[in-house]
Amino acid sequence: MASSENNILLKVEDLKMHFPIYKGLIRRQVGAVHAVDGISFDVMRGETLGLVGESGCGKSTTGRAILQLYKPTAGKIVFDGTNLVSLKSEDMRLMRRKMQMIFQDPYASLNPRMTVGEIVGEPLLVHNIASGREVDEQVAHLLEIVKLNPSFSTRYPHEFSGGQRQRIGIARSLALHPSFIVCDEPISALDVSIQAQVVNLLEELQEQFNLTYLFIAHDLSMVRHISNRIAVMYLGVIVELADRDTLYEKPLHPYSQALLSAVPIPDPFAESKHKRTILQGDVPSPVNPPSGCRFRTRCPIAESVCAESRPEFRELNPGHFVACHFADRFL
Amino acid sequence: MTNTTAAKQQKLISEGDSGALRSRSPWRDATGRLMRNKASVTGLVIILFFTLLTIFAPQIAPHNPLQLNSGQGFLPPSWVEESGNGTKGIPDYPLGTDTLGRDALSRIIYGARVSMIVGFAPTAIILLMGTFVGMMAGYYGGRWDNFLMRLTDIMYGFPDLLFFIITLVALRDTWIGEFMNGLFLLFLALAVVNWVGVARLVRGQVLSLKEKEFVEAARSIGAKDSRIMMKHLLPNILGPIIVQGSFAIPSMIITEAILGYLGLGLKPTTDPEAFFITSWGSLLLEGQSAINAQPYLLLAPAICVALVVLAFTFVGDGLRDALDPRMRGTQ
Repeated sequence: MASSENNILLKVEDLKMHFPIYKGLIRRQVGAVHAVDGISFDVMRGETLGLVGESGCGKSTTGRAILQLYKPTAGKIVFDGTNLVSLKSEDMRLMRRKMQMIFQDPYASLNPRMTVGEIVGEPLLVHNIASGREVDEQVAHLLEIVKLNPSFSTRYPHEFSGGQRQRIGIARSLALHPSFIVCDEPISALDVSIQAQVVNLLEELQEQFNLTYLFIAHDLSMVRHISNRIAVMYLGVIVELADRDTLYEKPLHPYSQALLSAVPIPDPFAESKHKRTILQGDVPSPVNPPSGCRFRTRCPIAESVCAESRPEFRELNPGHFVACHFADRFL
Repeated sequence: MTNTTAAKQQKLISEGDSGALRSRSPWRDATGRLMRNKASVTGLVIILFFTLLTIFAPQIAPHNPLQLNSGQGFLPPSWVEESGNGTKGIPDYPLGTDTLGRDALSRIIYGARVSMIVGFAPTAIILLMGTFVGMMAGYYGGRWDNFLMRLTDIMYGFPDLLFFIITLVALRDTWIGEFMNGLFLLFLALAVVNWVGVARLVRGQVLSLKEKEFVEAARSIGAKDSRIMMKHLLPNILGPIIVQGSFAIPSMIITEAILGYLGLGLKPTTDPEAFFITSWGSLLLEGQSAINAQPYLLLAPAICVALVVLAFTFVGDGLRDALDPRMRGTQ
């Protein structure tokens, strides 16, 4: 057990992120968006943890809260033995060398008034790692790593395609040699033909620099390709967490089952026999989430107990966590 | 201008550079667009002309603007054969003389000094002040924001002209009112009223920009607030700020003319050593008392005010179009 404890790079404990809603002239708080509402998971050194779920379920918020881009409402985020939530802002600033982020929208994530060289070299300047010519040399090296022409460094972001811009963003996140990178849907804004290139690049970089990824996505086949383990989120909570193959072959939570049954099969005969679980209704509002189990309003097997108590996130099989009162049925 | 650009491109093409079009910064792009706008170039030429007038007034003016010429008062411009009061213009005084026989042209040339400085000095103050306050309010938000914005609301709600008249009259004989012949007080009054618009503009821009992913990216690499504001926010809002400034200049000039006409602002001086001797506003006031006998005394400064205001407005229009991000890259 001790060795596996050492293997944990990031430990998230009961993380909550609520965004207050203000109304009226004196801006009284009238409620809160429960974007993330008590999630716990570990990320092992060197692995890729996939985080999937539909839009608005709190995936991106989780990623940003881990990097302290938002101040979490409650919970602990222990990175390499340090609780980030209690760090002073200057200590957190230094901590950022070890953890970086790749953003979803390659058009919004690069400052249009800076050259590529300035963008990629900025982390080096911010942390006083290099200056003058050293920056230029390191930027050229970083651009080569992400397979861009080093001479691009004098150009501006608007001169590049989406895939190239995403590579620039990746180069920036690698500049500080981090050990952990949050990939916030890094490929969802790209053309399908470019997606594979960027994913392959991310995989190569992981091997080369021994990186750990938290890979946020909603493309289930891509997540299956890149992840070692996968967590499924629904309305601010993690409903299931398991090894990639276990989750895809034997999902235990009714939501994961419905989600995975939505993946099309590239074989018309198999597809015609494929039974799809279609969920009824819409995702409830995160301002006013349902009592008990978050999923009960749309769950095909919900019973009265689901409204009364929130299902525990329990380890049903070794390494396979589920938050459902009736998950045992599917074992 | 066009010639050199063409020559440069020719050179690049002849060198066989595969990336023939050299990367251009967004600022140089905008300058190019501004220079292709005929109205703006005309405006710039007019502004340059009047700027030179203000600097070289002693060399250019044919007479001392304070020199009285008894017996030669109320002369019409040199091309008038017979004016209302039966006098004939002489070539010595191209635009005629005023009641006291002072050369009208020389007085207008010296008057340009006040209008130009009154266009630029308070505008510089309001841009600095408005940008600082707007940036703080927009970036830090919360109480700061509330306090500053209520303050700007109060400033906005107060009638401008009433404020100018009250302050200029009330402080007329204090040291502030005496400083620079009353011009300093005028600058202050203009700045106090007008920084509000800039602050609101900047705050709005910062509010929308700070949610952009590239600002988040800057925070995630560990950039300090000051760096984010100077490197990421400011360059991206500089366009609207410059445009706002270029429209503030003509409104300052007009306001000075109005106040001068009301007998406020610059106190006309008889000290030959003074840098600011008279203003177009005061000339308007002097001219209108003789409107029947010698309409040129009113017309000439009025035309100058109109010309300068129009020139600045043309440049402002051109800047707005040139700095519009949607125009980026267009020829």
